[in-house]
Amino acid sequence: MAASTADSWSWFPALALGVSFLKCLMINSYHSTDFEVHRNWLAITHSLPVSKWYHESTSEWTLDYPPLFAWFEYGLSHVAQHFDKKMLVVQNLGYASPATVLFQRLSVIATDVVFIYAVRECCRSVREEKGSKDLLVRPYFILAALLLWNYGLLIVDHIHFQYNGFLCGILLLSVARHLQGRHLEGAFLFAVLLNLKHIYLYIAPAYGIFLLRSYCFTKDNTDGSVRWSSLSLVRLIALGSIVISVCALSFGPFIAMGQLPQVLSRLFPFKRGLCHAYWAPNIWALYNVVDKALSVLGLRLKLLANLPKASMTGGLVQEFQHSVLPSVSPSATLICTLVSILPAVLSIWRCPRGARGFLRCLVVCALCSFMFGWHVHEKAILMAILPLSVLAVESREDAGIFLMLATTGHYSLFPLLFTATEMPTKVLLILLFTLYSFTSLKKLFRGFLLNTLEVTYLLGLIAVEIICEVVYPLLPWKQTLPFVTLLAKSVYCSLGVSYSFIRLYLSILRPTDKPKEL
Amino acid sequence: MDTWSLLSICVLLGLTTRWAVSLNSYSGAGKPPMFGDYEAQRHWQEITYNLPVHEWYFNTTDNNLNYWGLDYPPLTAYHSLLCGHVASLINPDWVELHTSQGFESSAHKLFMRATVLIADLLMYVPAVVLYCFYLSEGSNRKKVCLVLCILLYPGLILIDYGHFQYNSISLGLALWGVLGLGLGWDMLGSLAFVLAVNYKQMELYHSLPFFCYLLGKCFKQGMAGRGLFLLVKIAVTVLVTFTLCWLPFLTDPGQVLQVLHRLFPVGRGLFEVLCGNLHSFYLAATLLAALPSSIKLLTKPTLWQFKLALVNSSLAFFLFSFQVHEKSILLPALPVCLLLGDLPLPAVWFLQASTFSMLPLFLKDGLFVPYAVTSSAFVFYSVYLLSALEHSSEEELQLKSLSLLPFLSQSPGQFYLSVAAMAGLSFMSVALAPPARLPDLFPLLVSVFSFLHFLGLLLYFNVVQIAEPPSPRRKNPKKTE
Repeated sequence: MAASTADSWSWFPALALGVSFLKCLMINSYHSTDFEVHRNWLAITHSLPVSKWYHESTSEWTLDYPPLFAWFEYGLSHVAQHFDKKMLVVQNLGYASPATVLFQRLSVIATDVVFIYAVRECCRSVREEKGSKDLLVRPYFILAALLLWNYGLLIVDHIHFQYNGFLCGILLLSVARHLQGRHLEGAFLFAVLLNLKHIYLYIAPAYGIFLLRSYCFTKDNTDGSVRWSSLSLVRLIALGSIVISVCALSFGPFIAMGQLPQVLSRLFPFKRGLCHAYWAPNIWALYNVVDKALSVLGLRLKLLANLPKASMTGGLVQEFQHSVLPSVSPSATLICTLVSILPAVLSIWRCPRGARGFLRCLVVCALCSFMFGWHVHEKAILMAILPLSVLAVESREDAGIFLMLATTGHYSLFPLLFTATEMPTKVLLILLFTLYSFTSLKKLFRGFLLNTLEVTYLLGLIAVEIICEVVYPLLPWKQTLPFVTLLAKSVYCSLGVSYSFIRLYLSILRPTDKPKEL
Repeated sequence: MDTWSLLSICVLLGLTTRWAVSLNSYSGAGKPPMFGDYEAQRHWQEITYNLPVHEWYFNTTDNNLNYWGLDYPPLTAYHSLLCGHVASLINPDWVELHTSQGFESSAHKLFMRATVLIADLLMYVPAVVLYCFYLSEGSNRKKVCLVLCILLYPGLILIDYGHFQYNSISLGLALWGVLGLGLGWDMLGSLAFVLAVNYKQMELYHSLPFFCYLLGKCFKQGMAGRGLFLLVKIAVTVLVTFTLCWLPFLTDPGQVLQVLHRLFPVGRGLFEVLCGNLHSFYLAATLLAALPSSIKLLTKPTLWQFKLALVNSSLAFFLFSFQVHEKSILLPALPVCLLLGDLPLPAVWFLQASTFSMLPLFLKDGLFVPYAVTSSAFVFYSVYLLSALEHSSEEELQLKSLSLLPFLSQSPGQFYLSVAAMAGLSFMSVALAPPARLPDLFPLLVSVFSFLHFLGLLLYFNVVQIAEPPSPRRKNPKKTE
């Protein structure tokens, strides 16, 4: 900051190193059951032959990620054995010695190097105007800070425990390659990503349509529509072979062993309920609440009688039977999701706006899957927030949407860390990220990005937190209705997320390509 | 970006680092019968909450002085009383007389850590921010960088939030004292410093510079007129503050003597004669070492001289006093933090050496990972943000007038070498077992290495203070009288 000029990239290692130091300090924080999940997978892949990986069920946390991730865990397990061999014994359920914790935490921090590299590539692809010489107001600096120090990743990866940094790193790297015009590499990376975590299937349509339309069809007609004759078979075959070979590498061994149905059943467990134990702030949270409200109102006003009792049982398997509104099945959510992504995907077919249009479509698809998906986890909001950051530093309107979505989405992650010890950490970090994102984007676009209503809503998040954490525990209802706070947070956040979703969708459907504002 | 938002971000980063360190173990965790400093603080809450004031410092059936008896001045006792009241509101078991001995639970740990954070937030952090913005030079960006670097100093974080102590209160009060004096508010500054001394008697390490600065200022203003008036005002402030702090104990001279005996355990009887002589020898050596710096300050009471004198005096006391605890290095470390903006390279060097010197303590407390991370972060960020290595020419090290000490022209290389050696020794201490015949090899190496650094830096800071040219022709004119 002091001596380096804005053109040298010495600030990048400083940012990356700083956040890595912070991650190292979090090693002794609370970790969730996901820690045990990954330890179990280390044990399974290390101690058992490949044929047993997807059959093993000693632990309740069975392997439910695609084979490439299993191979990734297998690779990690070879390093793990130097830390503590006992963690690799499948029967050691819940084993969490200090060496195990150290190894697992360090593995997340180390694999984040993929994310750091991806961020650097994204920063290099960011458009900027020749403006201020001040480093802190350059778009690529702000993007690097927003991505490297992203609150959601810090909380979910380095405290709750997951490998999202690694996975989102591959996603962002793929996006960066598309922004740089290296489409085959981008497609390869996405194929790898799909075989690491299949939740990214939701954004596969964006990739598919974009690559088909903008890469396989090499020329457009003068009115912008597709010129069918310009289909490049070479490119199509190249893309196809990349994707197929990656999938073959990943699933091949299991197909050869005839285990494909078993693997697929592990990957897509539709026995779980409509909503997670804590309702992700999506459309179904609102749906549940409206159903409950209608049933209560209906009974009070004596309009409806003998309603089936709405039951939302807790636990691992959650059945949701709605009272007034029709109950929702997995196929219904799938149809909703597909219907919701259709307009977005069609718009980049009819009116492709290059790699940035693709990125916008990707974010919209990710948000659609979050809004309408089956058993969505609130962590999935990161799949939308991180790519949106790239758009946010290039356009004023996107920056406003980003601020709404990121702040609401990050706040919705609060219930993940429910221990009192983690309260200062999560509050300090969210203040840090929110303060930085607001002030830096405001400085970049020289003006207020949110209107009064939006600011009021965001301030309301503070009120919700105080009411839920401080006021509600003092009230007598705490004993009888303990879930009210979670419900309140989920519903309040779904308002913000839905609003951002609608705004983002409108931006993709807008017919004219407005010149990007900086 | 706006200065205030950058500042808030830096403060938030400092607080996050502190809380993250506090997630680790504390001194004496799970080690009966004596445990450690954490248990000592909890015990003082128990004693002050349950017993009347006149029993706090005495050996009674309810108060066994051999089990962490109070050995800090009254302000610590009052602070413990306050915490004890809050503790009893949350969970009376924590401060139950006798039965709460050795109490350990995660909720209690959260409470204790929270008290440290609150004290830090109220006392130390504001003082640091005000110091950087009102008493240091440079652009606003530089001041914000300075805040971050001072807040990242690992020694204080690891001792307060790891080992467990409340140094942020005494050091914070001392810093308020420096602020007061620097801004020309001598009485408020004296008040703050007296409170600091009444919180921890080790703050007496800083007393000589405070005394010489104020006396020198009185002399400068003329002992016949304003100077004398100032002297009287300061003396009255000091006396009144002392009286107020010690009020409950002033009813009985026996009380006062007992408290003094707990603060300065000199021993009794024949042994006292021997110890007394030994004490006198060490005291003489210390005063001799601190003399040049104090005299220079007396003749030239400026803020620059004052800061350097604080360093020189407290470092002399640390190096030559009798029975010094390794944690006392924090006392010279505070004024060196204040020099981070002016002499970045020597300051960073000293601060890193001070953290390194406490390594054996951190290893005992299970704090190696936080130590490694915070030290690396501190060295990296101070060097990067303050461009420490670029400002290491002879002129900037204030050595222009001296052609001796030629080796300092290679300072950056030597700095790297020194830091590498510290890193190497740290890893060896934790990874290797010492040879059977020399079980204390690593702590000894750490001590010797640190001592050499401290001695060298003591000489350096003395040279800088005393060899200051009579007319301040420096690039950045310091605040003068």
